[in-house]
Formats: sequence, structure tokens, C-alpha cells
Amino acid sequence: MNPVVASKVQAPVRPDATWTPLLEISSKEVFQIMLQTELSNLPFVGEQRISGDTTAMVGLAGALRGVLSIRCNSRTAERIAGRMLGSEEDVHPSEVPDALAEICNMVAGNFKAKIAGLVDNCMLSVPTVIRGDDYELVTIADVELITVGLTYEESPIWFCLAIHR
Amino acid sequence: MKRPRILIVDDSSVMRKIVERSLRQAGLDLGEVVEAGNGIEALTAVREGVFDLILSDINMPAMDGIEFLRELRTIEEAKGTPVVMVTTEGSESRVVEALSIGAKGYIRKPFTPDQIKERVSPILEVMR
Repeated sequence: MNPVVASKVQAPVRPDATWTPLLEISSKEVFQIMLQTELSNLPFVGEQRISGDTTAMVGLAGALRGVLSIRCNSRTAERIAGRMLGSEEDVHPSEVPDALAEICNMVAGNFKAKIAGLVDNCMLSVPTVIRGDDYELVTIADVELITVGLTYEESPIWFCLAIHR
Repeated sequence: MKRPRILIVDDSSVMRKIVERSLRQAGLDLGEVVEAGNGIEALTAVREGVFDLILSDINMPAMDGIEFLRELRTIEEAKGTPVVMVTTEGSESRVVEALSIGAKGYIRKPFTPDQIKERVSPILEVMR
């Protein structure tokens, strides 16, 4: 292998039992700092279906390959954007996906900063937002899924990390 | 006393607003605040006028914050303009790279107004 290419190949970092609580902490910290809001744990999380018509996603590459996504309904996304901007009544529609994308980006950055071996060896993509709930995300690669269900002002908000094996 | 003219560079318009609001919440007496959505727009703004401080994201489409910083340092009138990186990148190598080409410091997102003030106030004090 070309030595330049070889030097850039990162040893993969594999998930362990700490990753689910770390994803939860990372998500809660972002909302505490940027929105001055406490997220609560979603009750009966295992019995609930992940849903919502607004999804923000950030790709991860390097020592960890996968996608971190945040999914909630559009009204929740609007309230999050309003809270971030400090005026819940005066949010331009274009600012709603932008706000959720930034939240997703910060959760991903905060999460990888907590995992040894990822801080310097995992890059984040520019975020993407999908609107609408009539879709199914199909990953070609074999993935492991870490899911955290929380509530923002009593509405569900899902944080999912799909990791390529 | 002259109020500082500031350029905020981020591909997210929401984040540009939050950075400006945080600067004001931190009690900083700002002059004109100009926004740019990526490094290319920021270079255009820099060529049109002098700034006292630039706050720039790293991870942006079209031209990222590192490339912007490199280009900025080739513009004679902007060589000495202090730049603080505001980024989700916890990567030390990216931060070290930015510092090695002249960034004055960095703020990691998410941030509080106090963290912004801690980084920015000393730079603006020197300017006075």
C-alpha cells in the first residue's frame, strides 16, 4: 500500500457498553448548553417506534464509520430552533432544518470527544436534513445501532448512531 | 473608543446568529457584525473592509476554515487580523493546524457566552 495512504488508515474503534450512556450524556449536554433545557428519558423506550418527520444526519468517517441521526416531529424541531435563536415566535422556516443540523453536528462532535481514539481519528461530514416521514433508511453495510430515546418538552426525540461493522 | 468590527463565518445561519447573540450576552460592545457562509464569502468580505476580529467555523462546504485562514494570511491588509476558530471539531490535529497558521485560539461547540467572552475579551482588549 502507498505509505501516504497507509499512514491515513485509522485503526477502527469498536463500540462497547459505555457508548449508549455516552450518547445520552452527549445529547443532554448539547441541549443544556445551547438551549438551557434538560432532556428527559423517554418512558418505555423499548416499546416505542422511532418516528418523526424531521431527521438530521451527520456522517462519521475514519476510525468510526457510520451515521449519527436525530429524529423528531416538525413541531418539536420548530420549538428547538426557536429556543436556540431565543425567539420561539419568530423563526424563519429555513432556520428549522439548519438548527436541527447544527444540534446533530454538535452531538456528534461532543460524542466523539468522549471516546478515546476518536477525537483525532474520526471526521464529521457536513450535516443533512430529511423532511417527511414516509421513508426507510436502508444501509448496505452491516450496521450496529445504538439508540437513545429522550423527550424535549414532553415530545420524543431520538438519537441514533448507526455504526458500520 | 472604537467599537470592534467583527466577521462571523459559519455555513449555518442559525449558528452565526447564536455566535453574535453570545458575544452580546457576554457584554461585549460590538460595532458592525458581518456574516459569511463559507471561506470564499469571508475572503470577499475581508477584501471589502478591515475587521478587528474574525470568528470562523472549520468544517464548511466550498472553502473550510483552515483553507480560509491560509488564504487570509496572504492578504496584506488582513495578515494581522486575529482569528478564533469556533468548531465542533475536537480534533487536536485540526486545531493545531489552525493555530500553526495563525489562529489566536478556538472555541468548541457547544459553548456558553462566558466561554466566548473568555476567548474573545483578551483579544479585543489588546486592540484597545
